[in-house]
Amino acid sequence: MNASDLAAQMIRIAIPYLFAASGGALAERAGVVSLALEGFMLTGAFAAVVGSWMTGDPWLGILCGVVAGALFGLLHAVACIRFRADQIVAGIAINLLVIGLTRLGLQLAFDSSSNSPRVEGFTAATGSGGLLLATLQNPLVMAGLMVVPILTWVMYRTPFGLRVRAVGEHPAAAESVGVRVKPVRYAAVVMSGVLASLGGVYLALDQHQFTDNMTAGRGFIALAAVIFGRWDPARAGLACFLFAGAETLQIALQGTQAVPSQFVQMIPYVLTIVALTGLVGRSIPPAALGRAE
Amino acid sequence: MTAPPAASLIAPSRATRASTALAESLLPPVVALLIALVAGDLLILAFGQSPAAVFGLLLEGTWGNAYGFGQVLYKATTLICTGLAVAIGLRAGLFNIGAEGQLAAGAFAAAIAGLWLPSGTSALLAVPIAIGAAMLAGGATGWVPGVLKARFGAHEVIVTIMLNFIVLAMLNWVVASHLNVPETLHTPEIAAGKVPRLSALVPAFHGSAANFTLIVALAAALGMWWMLFRSRMGFDLRATGLQPDAAEYGGIRVRRVWIRALTLSGALAGLGGINFVLGYKHYYEEGLAGGFGFLGIAVALVGRNHPLGIVLAALFFATLSQGGLAINALVPKQFVEVLQGVVILAVAAAVPEVRRVLRAGVARAAGPA
Repeated sequence: MNASDLAAQMIRIAIPYLFAASGGALAERAGVVSLALEGFMLTGAFAAVVGSWMTGDPWLGILCGVVAGALFGLLHAVACIRFRADQIVAGIAINLLVIGLTRLGLQLAFDSSSNSPRVEGFTAATGSGGLLLATLQNPLVMAGLMVVPILTWVMYRTPFGLRVRAVGEHPAAAESVGVRVKPVRYAAVVMSGVLASLGGVYLALDQHQFTDNMTAGRGFIALAAVIFGRWDPARAGLACFLFAGAETLQIALQGTQAVPSQFVQMIPYVLTIVALTGLVGRSIPPAALGRAE
Repeated sequence: MTAPPAASLIAPSRATRASTALAESLLPPVVALLIALVAGDLLILAFGQSPAAVFGLLLEGTWGNAYGFGQVLYKATTLICTGLAVAIGLRAGLFNIGAEGQLAAGAFAAAIAGLWLPSGTSALLAVPIAIGAAMLAGGATGWVPGVLKARFGAHEVIVTIMLNFIVLAMLNWVVASHLNVPETLHTPEIAAGKVPRLSALVPAFHGSAANFTLIVALAAALGMWWMLFRSRMGFDLRATGLQPDAAEYGGIRVRRVWIRALTLSGALAGLGGINFVLGYKHYYEEGLAGGFGFLGIAVALVGRNHPLGIVLAALFFATLSQGGLAINALVPKQFVEVLQGVVILAVAAAVPEVRRVLRAGVARAAGPA
């Protein structure tokens, strides 16, 4: 594998993390815990495949995935904000719910317990430009590469971003200057559902099918990236590339038996714990994270 | 918001408060079950089936025959342990999401102990050693987030989630590279420490995996009740969970309580591993935890963190899990997974809502009509 192929590989692995971590950073900066990223991604993946399968158009697949992600984001928001449910439990419940619903959906729509048939997706022909150019032709790859810069701009340069940060740090203070805390949180959580679902949409349309539990923990790696990136979109984005880089290396080294793959899989999780202990630059969460009021 | 009338500041009577507290703990699961029932009915109707027929089949396949009931008891055994594990953390104000990894670690340690002991070792010796190994491994896995929280303030939720992945990856590596029976993902069978199945005593259970580790799980529930409500340690633990600053001020060393609570929590989750390893398959297998650690969260939540409630909730979730197989002819078995998710979400939403409604009611009753 040459360098450009490795880069292409790393980008392909990083895209789902970039989408989901952006969603996670947004919701958590608004003060709502994001354990449901995994569920949002799986929702997006399934809905995208159903949409693409029914219409034959992957763009409508994206639309379905986004709508489904928004709906589950809304469900999480209603549970956490309207009902003040424990945000950690709500996230776990949504993950379990989505695993069940997508399995049920696989049975219903495709009469299978493991995977959907092949659907229209996005694969550009690997022409003279090599794998890297072909990868970049996927519209979701371009979107994924742009989502972090855009979110950084939204978070630090727009009134909405300021409000998101305010309600996540000190909701009472935000309220006192006229920011309506709940609507801002609703918006942030629904948008996090949309962003994370796009990560799943990319996965499914890249592979041209849905397979049972195909996100396989990627939502938690994205959450790890958010924490390792100290809840800052740009740093979280870098963490996504770091984790994706490690995976790419592991794939490249496969067969040489240099490092068992399981140890490479551990890297994001170990780094996150190290970051939380403050040994290498402390990770401090938004002050009002997890609090309903 | 207008100021409350002065009369409502008068404390409600002791009896009113006690009954409110009881309602606060019992109502949310009831509300959640009703919501889940309605959601389940709608889903069944969407499949063009009759809810009565499906739920009838579900009961028939679980509590209606000895084999099904045996399977429920088998699944409940692990769930009691992981439910107790999560509950003991919550009582101390800590959320242990690591039961999945701790369960696997405990099962692995029990299998190693059973392999290491010479065959023919008396069960009286081998079983306690294997149980001790399981609790030690689970406890060590729980100790890590406890220390990281007490020493560095690292949030236990994130650390336990991350540790799940680390522990499972590590165990997969050890099993796949060193310990597996060729062509499989499990260790060899243990030489000592096997626990007989319940069918040895009650032949009707024949074929089901229920075994005498159930007794150990029930004993753990009893022990936890005593620890929580009758011992000094339990008092410290509950005080820390209610208000850590006040507990600290009252002379309780909160950080030490955190470490103890998470270690104990991990040990209980690890204990769950003996059900599979000592009582059923007699080896450690990749993927053995299979979501039972996460379901422990549901069990603790529905059981309201009380040992008795946890035993009942474990039976409930075990019934759902086993019932999925029974209803497969009418609706896909994944239906019960959806139902589990709905129950958890509904309980989570109902707990604060019920509390708010009840307290508003009490305040009104105490105030002028």
